[in-house]
Amino acid sequence: MCLAIPGRIVEVIDEANRLAKVDVAGVRRTVNIGLLDGEDGGVAAGDWVLIHVGFAISQVDEEEAIATRRLLEQMGVEYEQELAELKASAIE
Amino acid sequence: MKFVDEFRDAELGRAVAAEILAAVEPGRHYKLMEVCGGHTHSIYKYGIDDLLPANVELVHGPGCPVCVIPMGRVDDGIALAHEPGVIFTCFGDMLRVPGSAGTLLDAKAAGADVRMVYSPLDALRIAKANPGRQVVFFAIGFETTAPSTALTLKRAKAEGVTNFSCMCNHVTIVPPLRALLDSPDLRLDGFVGPGHVSTVVGARPFEFIPAEYGKPIVVAGFEPLDVLQAVHMLLRQLSEGRCEVENQYSRVVPYEGNLRALEVMAEVFALRPHFEWRGLGFISQSGLRLSDAYADFDAELRYGVPGVRVADPKACQCGEVLKGVIKPWECKVFGTACRPERPIGTCMVSSEGACAAYYNYGRFARERELV
Ligand code: SF4
Repeated sequence: MCLAIPGRIVEVIDEANRLAKVDVAGVRRTVNIGLLDGEDGGVAAGDWVLIHVGFAISQVDEEEAIATRRLLEQMGVEYEQELAELKASAIE
Repeated sequence: MKFVDEFRDAELGRAVAAEILAAVEPGRHYKLMEVCGGHTHSIYKYGIDDLLPANVELVHGPGCPVCVIPMGRVDDGIALAHEPGVIFTCFGDMLRVPGSAGTLLDAKAAGADVRMVYSPLDALRIAKANPGRQVVFFAIGFETTAPSTALTLKRAKAEGVTNFSCMCNHVTIVPPLRALLDSPDLRLDGFVGPGHVSTVVGARPFEFIPAEYGKPIVVAGFEPLDVLQAVHMLLRQLSEGRCEVENQYSRVVPYEGNLRALEVMAEVFALRPHFEWRGLGFISQSGLRLSDAYADFDAELRYGVPGVRVADPKACQCGEVLKGVIKPWECKVFGTACRPERPIGTCMVSSEGACAAYYNYGRFARERELV
């Protein structure tokens, strides 16, 4: 549960609840983006974010996202476990 | 330097390792604590300690959220899971944490409805899908995770969900650091500060470390090069006689943190006067409960949780490991009675725990390959 994994926002699907569809290494799931709401309106489709327990906790640039993903892939089982848990998630 | 080749920039990795060597004073021993379990994991995965001079020692801190949950809280959780009609939800790592008479997984085998969730929002979804049942979410984690629980509770309240409650075990990062700095057991020269927690709290809350204790701290990312650079920044501060908060991970961590996240936490949580940490005992103002405005969602109030307090098992030395006083292999049961498949202590449960990291990467004794 400690990992924060990078994903790219595909689209905001529920404005009121701040839910967005993200793509994490080919897996598409719903996460909450409300913690990144700021004066500038928050994150939007196309942005990369780090995702922790179903919430985007920080916005990163593409290079950082890809480097983080590479690092996590090298971790092996823990990353696979995290992806498996994400796959089982069905946030509405 | 076999591991350096796996770095994002291997050249730079070699250069930093060489600069570290140049920054240390030969006769001096340096003890640096990496606070976060994610760093511990990276250090052993990439053999970062092997790249450091022999007189630079990394000790592992209390920043693994699973490791610090005391047995009594696990027992309380299990008691809740056995309440009639309750669906008990928690993160996967929590399932294997030993209480005084077994784990949540054992409770599940004994018939309790215990379900693993990826997110607190999954727990809320389960509540909405099961209006006839009560759903309890066992919340753990530092400030990295607490805002997620807070937003979930805000939504539950806004939607008037009445069959959802939370047993809150969230903890805060600053008080245990202060407790460690006050402890006479341990002489530290500086800290590699936690990365993800700092995305929420920022780097500012660590200013007391240089200001009141005269020690440097560098907030760092999780790539091997990040950790190596942070060690170099610490050693440079020490050799130049400086001590301040530096942010190696500024590409992700804003110095002021995430104001929105801090705001929702302030609304939904209140500080407990004290909270028990595995192996560290009670630390004042280190844990969060639900604020009065969210009392209706507090599982501890809803169920009159037993409030069990149990001493850690005699064989277990997790407290010393969490304080960085001993290395995992110095614990008598390490790798024998206590293994990841059958943990006695919490540090062996999550892959972020120091004992699990040592075990998984084959660190059974002192040997260090020197470069
Ligand atoms: S080996 Fe097991 S009991 Fe000993 S400190 Fe580590 S987790 Fe605790």
